[in-house]
Amino acid sequence: MSEPGSLLRVNNVEVIYDHVILVLKGVSLAVPEGGIVALLGANGAGKTTTLKAISNLLRAERGEVTKGSVEFRGERVDRLSPSDLVRRGVVQVMEGRHVFQHLTVEENLLTGAFTRRDGRGGIARDLEHVYLHFPRLKERRYAQAGYTSGGEQQMIAIGRALMSRPKLILLDEPSMGLAPQLVEEIFEITRSLNREEGLAVLLAEQNANIALRFAGYGYILESGRVVLDGPAAALRQNADVKEFYLGLGGEGRKSYRDVKHYKRRKRWLA
Amino acid sequence: MHILYAILIGPFVTMAREPAFLIEVLIGGLLAGVMYSLVALGFVLIYKASGVFNYAQGTMVLFAALTFVGMLEAGLPVLLSLIAVIAVMIVLAFAVERVVLRPLVNQSEIILFMSTLGISYFLVGLGQILWGGDVHPLDIGIPSGPLTVHGILINQLDLYAAIVAGTLVVALALFFQKTRVGRALRAVADDHQAAMSVGIPLKQIWVVTWAIAGLVALAAGIMWGASLGVQFSLALVALKALPVLILGGFTSIPGAIVGGLIVGAAEKLGEVFWGPVIGSGVEDWFAYILALIFLLFRPQGLFGERIIERV
Repeated sequence: MSEPGSLLRVNNVEVIYDHVILVLKGVSLAVPEGGIVALLGANGAGKTTTLKAISNLLRAERGEVTKGSVEFRGERVDRLSPSDLVRRGVVQVMEGRHVFQHLTVEENLLTGAFTRRDGRGGIARDLEHVYLHFPRLKERRYAQAGYTSGGEQQMIAIGRALMSRPKLILLDEPSMGLAPQLVEEIFEITRSLNREEGLAVLLAEQNANIALRFAGYGYILESGRVVLDGPAAALRQNADVKEFYLGLGGEGRKSYRDVKHYKRRKRWLA
Repeated sequence: MHILYAILIGPFVTMAREPAFLIEVLIGGLLAGVMYSLVALGFVLIYKASGVFNYAQGTMVLFAALTFVGMLEAGLPVLLSLIAVIAVMIVLAFAVERVVLRPLVNQSEIILFMSTLGISYFLVGLGQILWGGDVHPLDIGIPSGPLTVHGILINQLDLYAAIVAGTLVVALALFFQKTRVGRALRAVADDHQAAMSVGIPLKQIWVVTWAIAGLVALAAGIMWGASLGVQFSLALVALKALPVLILGGFTSIPGAIVGGLIVGAAEKLGEVFWGPVIGSGVEDWFAYILALIFLLFRPQGLFGERIIERV
């Protein structure tokens, strides 16, 4: 389903938690070199699990990839530790930001460079580079990260990931709990990183609207399966996606009175 | 009335009458407190980096001291023994990570705590098998007689212990604040998962922490052992570190130091000046009462990390 030149390929991955709970039932997807790919779906569809299966953070949560494979630049990476993966250029920005609260903003960013071996000079340059993209962080560089705002924390989390010099960044729900304006700002920054530096992005989002505006390609996940995929522009036009993910019915806005009377049945359920 | 006077005013009158004696007691207390600080430091290190309250810290002090004495008694020179014990403590750190911590990743704190209980019993047993259960005197060549400065007596051993502890503390503070690995250790202490997500390898970090805690235990063990003799009650002395931790805060290195000093000084003063009035043995319980009061009014301790809550 993907051209051979893709940066990341996930082939038919199945994930089981606690040896019994089947969460992913064979997910396949691909991220091209320098592309932005959206992974859409409702709560519990398996977006986060897919990202963690790629970054190998699953094992610490008693989750296990039982079938399938993950390839990065043509090499199998599903048995590597998270830190090996970061070293190869795949880094995850976790849902809920997870900044190091008691460290300062700058210290947070520097922890992102832990796996690097190229010395202080390169790290200092990249720090300035992150500040260039997130000027707000530079102003607050000596503040304790726990006391910064939600938007700033999301910026810290992304900036921290950038400090490892990734080729591919796995962004989990960056819009969570943020004001629409901030969401827009963070997506804009992500896009400029993508355009200027060729950073590939795999983006898990509930907010299909904004995700499909910024992504080039999209996958829709429902209960652990990919039910639909295609170029973002095509997905935006798809009647099912419009109805169930973008909140646009056939005849414009709907009244809440008849919101329950779905006229459509999802075509992929047929 | 008479009793109130004896408790509330009498001791201070005595202090005022003999200031030189007061200073002597105070210095003795502070220097003893440094020893508590050293043990408390080991607890703080592991608690900060892995969120585990390491019950075995006291036993590690004992085990390190026993191994050191054992090597000396086997005829090894001091320096060689020291290097050998350091190696043993590092091997211990690897073993703890591999056998205990790794299989218990993501378990709740109480389970990790209980696993350290297990480590503690294991180390006591191992120490006993290897080196026997006798009291071993430990002579590290520090003259034991008191030093007289301006008519005030100072125990030389305590003085050296204070110097060792001070050096360790400064070195550790620099390590935590200024180095890449130190920063990673603090990051892990804050959020395991996030630390993993940015590529910090937890296993290595745990080995590093336990190794450092082992070295601190060794320093504490040698200093304690030199003054009390190396014996199994050393592990219990380490329990004095608990009130120190409550006072200073479980997550603060300066807190462990200041807490130790306060506990050391306060219990000595209590023993000497209030002991005659309310019965001796003040030294044994005073620290715990102090800790209880702190738990009521400032549960995070003097320097503990504030719990950050955004609303």
